[in-house]
Amino acid sequence: MSDTQFDVNKYIRAQFFPQMWCPGCGHGTVMGALLRAIHDLGLENDDVSVVSGIGCSSRISGYLDFNTAHTMHGRALPTATGIKLANPNLKVIVPFGDGDSTAIGGNHFIHACRRNIDITAIVMNNRIYGMTGGQYSPMSGRGVKASTAPYGVPDESFDLVELAKGAGASFVARTTVYHAKEAQNTIKKAIEHKGFSVVEILSMCPTQFGRKNKAGEAPQMMEWYKDNTVPMGSKKLADNPDLIQRGVFVDDNERLEYCTAYQELVIDKVMKKG
Amino acid sequence: MAKGKSVTHVINRDWCKGCGICVHFCPKQVLELDSDEKAVAARPEDCIGCKLCELRCPDLAIQILIEEGE
Ligand SMILES: Cc1ncc(C[n+]2csc(CCOP(=O)(O)OP(=O)(O)O)c2C)c(N)n1
Ligand code: SF4
Ligand code: SF4
Ligand code: SF4
Repeated sequence: MSDTQFDVNKYIRAQFFPQMWCPGCGHGTVMGALLRAIHDLGLENDDVSVVSGIGCSSRISGYLDFNTAHTMHGRALPTATGIKLANPNLKVIVPFGDGDSTAIGGNHFIHACRRNIDITAIVMNNRIYGMTGGQYSPMSGRGVKASTAPYGVPDESFDLVELAKGAGASFVARTTVYHAKEAQNTIKKAIEHKGFSVVEILSMCPTQFGRKNKAGEAPQMMEWYKDNTVPMGSKKLADNPDLIQRGVFVDDNERLEYCTAYQELVIDKVMKKG
Repeated sequence: MAKGKSVTHVINRDWCKGCGICVHFCPKQVLELDSDEKAVAARPEDCIGCKLCELRCPDLAIQILIEEGE
């Protein structure tokens, strides 16, 4: 744990700032929460690996002064899996978009959950493809306007928490960029957890989602998360079941972690055979 | 600000994009956007040092330094 003052310059590649995200893009708030969590844990930059895919969200890896990889669209988790197996001492963190993680990368996502590999996945969910012009994603939800759904999206969205739970992730949480301190503390717990951790952070894209859905400017979009989310199990849910629950839904330390399993069930056996 | 404490708002004008998040959510209306659409501490004496502006700023452009007095 660290009791020194948080200094953002320790963790970023300042030559790339100001970053490319639009004014009020929630992804920057997620980045701040992640850096504060890393600071709270007292991790050194070399102890951390940040691996992302492709998307506005995935640009995050380029801004951070850790062992970083900016990989292919949807392929952050397989790359991170390789990094973690090669060096299990690294804290491997995968921040990526809702499109990157649940559309093109959805298959990798469920299998990382199933294996329970010790990686922290942070889904920066702005419910749209920001980078490529506002196409809808599997997280947009019915009725949302997108460049590929001018009359509103006809399909139901994933509930990422239920998806991660069902696929076997051993730590599953949800928070929002409005709740920035909660996001920081949740990421901290997720990094500390040994096993596959999924933290869905409801982020916001004022440029694509905001404009198409008349959701207002960045402060109004952030305010929406204040008004439409509640801590899990809140009494308010009885009156309004449409509210989105925040909290840590799964925190299971009993399940066998994949690097440990691979060591015991494969490497040790190979070594014994000689 | 609480007795014996002083607070400094360090705002990086090169990084601030004028999104207005810090201004909108400041519980004490300390912050404003100036004519260049950059955040400034217009009423620093009202600041309670809650750091909500710093935590939510997407551009890592605002830092609250709190110094304990004598
Ligand atoms: C293989 C491949 N297919 C499609 C693309 C185009 N593409 C780039 S980013 C993106 C979606 C990004 O959406 P998301 O992951 O939600 O991130 P956001 O930009 O919203 O943060 C797509 C479809 C690509 N780069 N590579
Ligand atoms: S397009 Fe959307 S997701 Fe991309 S930087 Fe702009 S606000 Fe953020
Ligand atoms: S939140 Fe940050 S970027 Fe937005 S106006 Fe305030 S200081 Fe500027
Ligand atoms: S620390 Fe709190 S009171 Fe002070 S300017 Fe920031 S949000 Fe306002």
